[in-house]
Amino acid sequence: MSMAASSETDAPVPATAAAPPPPRRHRWPLVPYLLSAPGLALFAVLLLVPLTMTFLLSLNSFSFYGGIQDVWQWGNYADIIADDYFHEVFLRTFRIAALVTVLCAVFGAPEAYILRRMKSPWRGLCLLVVLGPLLISVVSRTLGWALLFGSTGLVNQGLMALGIIATPIEFMYTETGVVIALTHVLVPFMVLSVWASLQRLDPQVENAALSLGAGPLTVMRRVVLPQIIPGILSGSIIVFALAASAFATPAIIGGRRLKVAATLAYDEFLNTLNWPLGATVAVLLLVANVVIIVGCNRLVERRYKQVFE
Amino acid sequence: MTYLVLDQLTKRFANWTAVDRVSLTVEKGELISLLGPSGCGKTTTLQMIAGFLDADGGRVTLDGQDLLAKKPNERGLGIVFQSYALFPHMTAAENVAFGLEMRRINRADRDRMVADALRLVGLDQYGDRHPRRMSGGQQQRVALARALVIKPSLLLLDEPLSNLDAKMREEMQIELRRIQRTVGTTMILVTHDQSEAMALSDRVVVMNKGRIQQVATPQDAYDRPANAFVANFLGRTNLLPGMVAGGPAGTTITVADSVWPVAEPVAPGPGALAVRPEKIGFVDAGGLRGTVQARVFQGTQWLFEIETAAGRLMVIRQHDGSPLPAEQERVMVGWRPQDMAVMPADPEAAGASREAA
Amino acid sequence: MNRNGPIALIFHVLFLGFLLAPILIVCAVAFTPEGYLSLPTNGLSLRWFRAIGDNPEFIRAFKDSLLLGAVSSTLAILVAVPAALAIARHQFFGREAIQALFLSPLMVPHIVLGIAFLRFFTMIGLGGTFAGLVLSHVIIILPFALRLILAASTGMDRAVENAAASLGASSWTCFRRVTLPLILPGVASGWVLAFINSFDEVTMTVFIASPETTTLPVRLFLYIQDNIDPLVAAVSALLIFLTVGAMLVLDRVYGLERLLVGKGRD
Repeated sequence: MSMAASSETDAPVPATAAAPPPPRRHRWPLVPYLLSAPGLALFAVLLLVPLTMTFLLSLNSFSFYGGIQDVWQWGNYADIIADDYFHEVFLRTFRIAALVTVLCAVFGAPEAYILRRMKSPWRGLCLLVVLGPLLISVVSRTLGWALLFGSTGLVNQGLMALGIIATPIEFMYTETGVVIALTHVLVPFMVLSVWASLQRLDPQVENAALSLGAGPLTVMRRVVLPQIIPGILSGSIIVFALAASAFATPAIIGGRRLKVAATLAYDEFLNTLNWPLGATVAVLLLVANVVIIVGCNRLVERRYKQVFE
Repeated sequence: MTYLVLDQLTKRFANWTAVDRVSLTVEKGELISLLGPSGCGKTTTLQMIAGFLDADGGRVTLDGQDLLAKKPNERGLGIVFQSYALFPHMTAAENVAFGLEMRRINRADRDRMVADALRLVGLDQYGDRHPRRMSGGQQQRVALARALVIKPSLLLLDEPLSNLDAKMREEMQIELRRIQRTVGTTMILVTHDQSEAMALSDRVVVMNKGRIQQVATPQDAYDRPANAFVANFLGRTNLLPGMVAGGPAGTTITVADSVWPVAEPVAPGPGALAVRPEKIGFVDAGGLRGTVQARVFQGTQWLFEIETAAGRLMVIRQHDGSPLPAEQERVMVGWRPQDMAVMPADPEAAGASREAA
Repeated sequence: MNRNGPIALIFHVLFLGFLLAPILIVCAVAFTPEGYLSLPTNGLSLRWFRAIGDNPEFIRAFKDSLLLGAVSSTLAILVAVPAALAIARHQFFGREAIQALFLSPLMVPHIVLGIAFLRFFTMIGLGGTFAGLVLSHVIIILPFALRLILAASTGMDRAVENAAASLGASSWTCFRRVTLPLILPGVASGWVLAFINSFDEVTMTVFIASPETTTLPVRLFLYIQDNIDPLVAAVSALLIFLTVGAMLVLDRVYGLERLLVGKGRD
């Protein structure tokens, strides 16, 4: 039997002297590109081109008689920056989105925590009830709120019967109504996000804190909350972005009078037919959305990297 | 007869060299183990032989043919994966038949060969079970049958027993040895478990940091470790610093106040002496003085910790009724010169041994 | 230990009530026997469900929605499976960028996509066509399909594919006999999630649809903008029943939570 092993530690071979020929490669470097080629082609033609065209459209100008003018200028952006009406619409859009985000966090996060502490058959059932609405058309769900607020007036009847209010509150065509309906539409996303961060939380840690003499509130504040804050933050990013660009719910509950950015763009496009201005609103909305999502994600990741590797 | 040859096989990743110019020859029908701690390059070596990783340099020839020039699915090797990698959507028999299907073997022969393979691993009754419904040991046997049925020119086993419990592992070790004797396939076993490697292999290849440290029969590697890393990695050992000196009566090594004759050709200068705990006894003269720091009863044996001028020593004595020293007693320990190994005290090997400990 | 107290349970009940209230009221109003919007206090009636039959545009929109969902989800899967395998199985230059591109429609408000597609399709002559609807839907549902297929492919033991290769299987055989069967649950649920997202989409579709080719949510939305009557409640109720049915099946087969982690759009 041969003992022909070489490459002993004490006899280092100069790397260059005995460099053996590089072996042939089998992995074809083009394979992953070929596999993603159909998707890349599709996205290049159907996403990048239309979005670029929208941006170019926003640089065009528009007149009622001449239609879209093929000129390149920043006039539409200047108009929006200068005009109080647009300020009001954008301000309202972000006010609604911020309120919805806060409400979703305040109600969604505790609900996720309660869900996690439930026993097996109930937990699955309740999770189904909480997440199920995500699969139901937004139009149907918003219709429900329109019925509750307006036609049947069930919400006002209930609040008056409970003695919370004396006279009916106007929900339809108000920001209050839009905020409530949007909270309903978006709160499942918050529950999902917090739920995901709760999955990583070891229930024994809470017991450990209790055994060290912490009261339930202290446990919540000092042990649970710090660990689910990344979940709340990433849920907030999703909710805020979706609320700021929401269309169907503000269109139905807010009606034609209470405009937000998305419904404004819709109107400019399909009613006023001022496409360049509509495209400008859309571009601003897209930029705001991307900045918020990417920026906040970066921030959250950097801040909580140490905690959740 | 030389069968498999690794020639300066090298794999570099972004910032480290996982396998560094590994050369090795394997005889036909031999079972050889690649043994080392995790990250030593043993699995990377196996993956390059299998073709799942491209080598950055070097050659692999099998029976005179260049293996690296072939695609993984043309190499005709049998592989038993650490996770078994059974096809979960196929029954045991379908798993075993897969490789035969790829070779377009006709139905009748295929069924017969599958049945034979399952019988070989003792699973003749389990052909229509799905892997999910089998125990870890049974899955392991299916994986073995699947790899063997294609009559591979070489069988690669990647930590095949690491997912089994201790009792099962012992059973499978015997089983594996039996099958290897029966089919006579050349096998390369990758493992981090030194007892598994020693129990199964004709030869062990001890690796560390991408390099081969020693290639020897299990007994040789255990009794005559080539360096401190091997001494430490294969079982427990006492490593004592000493000074090697040549003299008229032959080479000797001085450890504290004791002097030992050295058989191997070791250059004079600082050296190290390795001796296994079970080879050390309590003697009356000519040994190393020390004090018993602790003694622990372990059923069949006693474990002693002895403080000496050369450092702490671990000593194992059989529980056979002979009188043994008590704690804090002053003693003298010694061993037969043929039970020790002497090596140069190179700093790299010393560092490696600390890592392995 | 770790039980919910009474306050938590009251909160929980109120929360579920809040989530269910608008859905339940739609279903309740749909059963009203009256000719106007009201709760069915004087007995239940199916007259408004029957009335759907007299409004063929709802039926046609429903059929269009089903077809659109099925075609665009299938196309999205055909594109997403190879892309997911490329991302999950290969290290290559631009891998992260390609993945980000495929997921980017999640970040673009649908109103923006609607505007972009309206302009683009009008220019290339696809405005108001079914083909236009399909292509635009493929873009917005692809991320959902891709994420589930990616999860299935990365969750799969790579060694199984290596095992097939070592036994002599070519890349294509390996994909057909081993990889595809193993990622099939992910592919199937990716299709379902894509279908649901296509079926429910309204914001973008409202720009691209034409009176001849439109989807049920768009038809409903436009109808509601003009007036709200028990007929739309009945249509919505029917949609809700269908969705709940599909949801129960889905939960059994795949687990709703797994499917939904990350689903989104208003």
